[in-house]
Amino acid sequence: MSAHATAPVRGPRQVGGPRRPGRPRRPLFGNRPTRSPLLRALVKHSVMIITLTLMLYPLLWMFGASLRPDNQVFTTLGLWGSDLTLDNYAAGWSGGDQLNFSRFFLNSLTITVLSIVGNLLACALTAYAFARLEFRFKKTLFALVIGTLLLPYHVTLVPQYILFNQLGWVNTILPLVVPKFLATDAFFIFLMVQFIRALPSSLDDAARIDGCGHWGIFWRVVMPLSIPALGTSALFTFINTWNDFLGPMLYLTEPDSWTVSQGLASFLDATGQSAYGSLFAMSTLSLVPVLGFFVAAQKLLVEGIATSGLK
Amino acid sequence: MRQHDPGAAGTQVTAGPPATPRDRRDRSRDRRAGRRAAADNRAAYAFLTPWLIGMLVFTIGPMLFSLYLAFTRYDLSSAPEWVGLANFERMFTTDPRYFDSVKVTLTYVAWSVPLLLAVSLGLALLLNRGMRFLTGYRALFYMPSLIGGSVAVAALWRQIFGEEGIVNKALALVGIEHTSWVGDPNSALHTIVILQVWTFGSAMVIFLAGLRQIPRELYDAASVDGAGALRRFRSVTLPMLSPLVLFNLLLSVVNAFQAFTSAYVVSNGTGGPSDSTLFYTLYLYEQGFAQLNMGYAAAMAWVLVLGLALFTGFLFLSSRYWVHYGDER
Repeated sequence: MSAHATAPVRGPRQVGGPRRPGRPRRPLFGNRPTRSPLLRALVKHSVMIITLTLMLYPLLWMFGASLRPDNQVFTTLGLWGSDLTLDNYAAGWSGGDQLNFSRFFLNSLTITVLSIVGNLLACALTAYAFARLEFRFKKTLFALVIGTLLLPYHVTLVPQYILFNQLGWVNTILPLVVPKFLATDAFFIFLMVQFIRALPSSLDDAARIDGCGHWGIFWRVVMPLSIPALGTSALFTFINTWNDFLGPMLYLTEPDSWTVSQGLASFLDATGQSAYGSLFAMSTLSLVPVLGFFVAAQKLLVEGIATSGLK
Repeated sequence: MRQHDPGAAGTQVTAGPPATPRDRRDRSRDRRAGRRAAADNRAAYAFLTPWLIGMLVFTIGPMLFSLYLAFTRYDLSSAPEWVGLANFERMFTTDPRYFDSVKVTLTYVAWSVPLLLAVSLGLALLLNRGMRFLTGYRALFYMPSLIGGSVAVAALWRQIFGEEGIVNKALALVGIEHTSWVGDPNSALHTIVILQVWTFGSAMVIFLAGLRQIPRELYDAASVDGAGALRRFRSVTLPMLSPLVLFNLLLSVVNAFQAFTSAYVVSNGTGGPSDSTLFYTLYLYEQGFAQLNMGYAAAMAWVLVLGLALFTGFLFLSSRYWVHYGDER
């Protein structure tokens, strides 16, 4: 369901760093001196390439199929058909059968952007308090954060729906967005607490001497230094929100307010074999932002370390 | 946590006039420290306000309400009606589909979690030492974990394992005929297992990071003692990696128990064919939101919470015997 944040978050200081040069590299397997390193490398790379091809072929095939005319979608195992066409993209985007994907993309984008802003802001505020301040009941409250970390979302699914229904928020994006502004995703709090704790507190002290209060330290010192953690959180909030299906399915009932996930799912429900070209075209489009964001955020993470001023 | 000594600022300021009696300086410092602590307390709760509200309104409140609902019959239109243990009775005695959903979910966990761990650990070991293009491979292997939970990929899965899907096309090349894999109750669940295992990249990245941390000296020492590759793996790599095995195990179990989108899309929302992909979450959704048995759904959710808590508790207890934290060295 949720892509749990597992990308390596690099700490502000790289402990250990890269492998010291000049030491012999000893592989785990195949360390017999009789086998040449070249052969070993060849075997390893072959294993990697074959595994990757098997794994990624379905995605490539989907992309190829999305460029074929509807009657040729399933005819081949190969990637390209004889005719290439963008008709499927045009049909899906403009909404031939009431499935207006330009609308769905806009809806998904709105919800995702608001979720990222909310999550980063609320979780960073919470994390700052846990990582940098002493206060009463700190241990108890932090235990609550950890406790909700592993809590299955099902237990709040029904009562939350009842609550939002009472509030009249069903069929608005509020149920999907408002909780994000209230730091309901403990995972990101935990991630940021770990990160902020590792930042040297001498920087806080310097800022305090320069007259900063907690608010100033938070905005001017901790937030800029936390860009790697914020980037990781943004990436995973993006992916979780963009891929989310259950939430929108519960709360967005009018086709006008549907997200991309709902649009794709209704393709499967409503239409027959003839629309698979459009399904694959819109599926491909729906994956592009996720992969693009991944590439961009990776860069951001690296730059975050380079520009943090801590070497 | 905070390296900052609460008295430090006070000392700096009051260190000025040397004639000040010591006790007065101390008192002033204490007062300042007290003021600072009170200010910290206020600031902390200001920073925590959004989270506290969210916690009360969206987590603790709903949890308590859901606990109450579990003992009621409630369909959203009329007030909840107290039925005692009836929901649980129905679950454990008269609802065969509930048992199916438990069976499907446990089967899914039992297949997907070990497979995922084995694949991610195996590839991490291969990728670990002195490999060219490591970052490229790592990113490509990681990619499926980002999109594995999406409707797009689940829909694609339904096609590639369908009657005319590319899996059957590839099998036909070697002369094997097969009907739809997602339409067959014996194989439908396994297509979803494959989808989960396909997202092994995130676990692999964690293993890779862990392998980096293993001191080379341990391998050298083992080699000197005459340990072969397999023995080095069993006696050095595996124990040193065991905390991460526990971490990945926990994450993938929790993820597998909560799988929803893939099952919903692959089975077209039915959990079919013949309930073979009726995941716990899917059945909970169906009961709560399609049939509006919200009391029953709340009871199901609480059984899941307790089940998962028992399961993770057992994992943590057992970890004392197989997880090595390196402090005994």
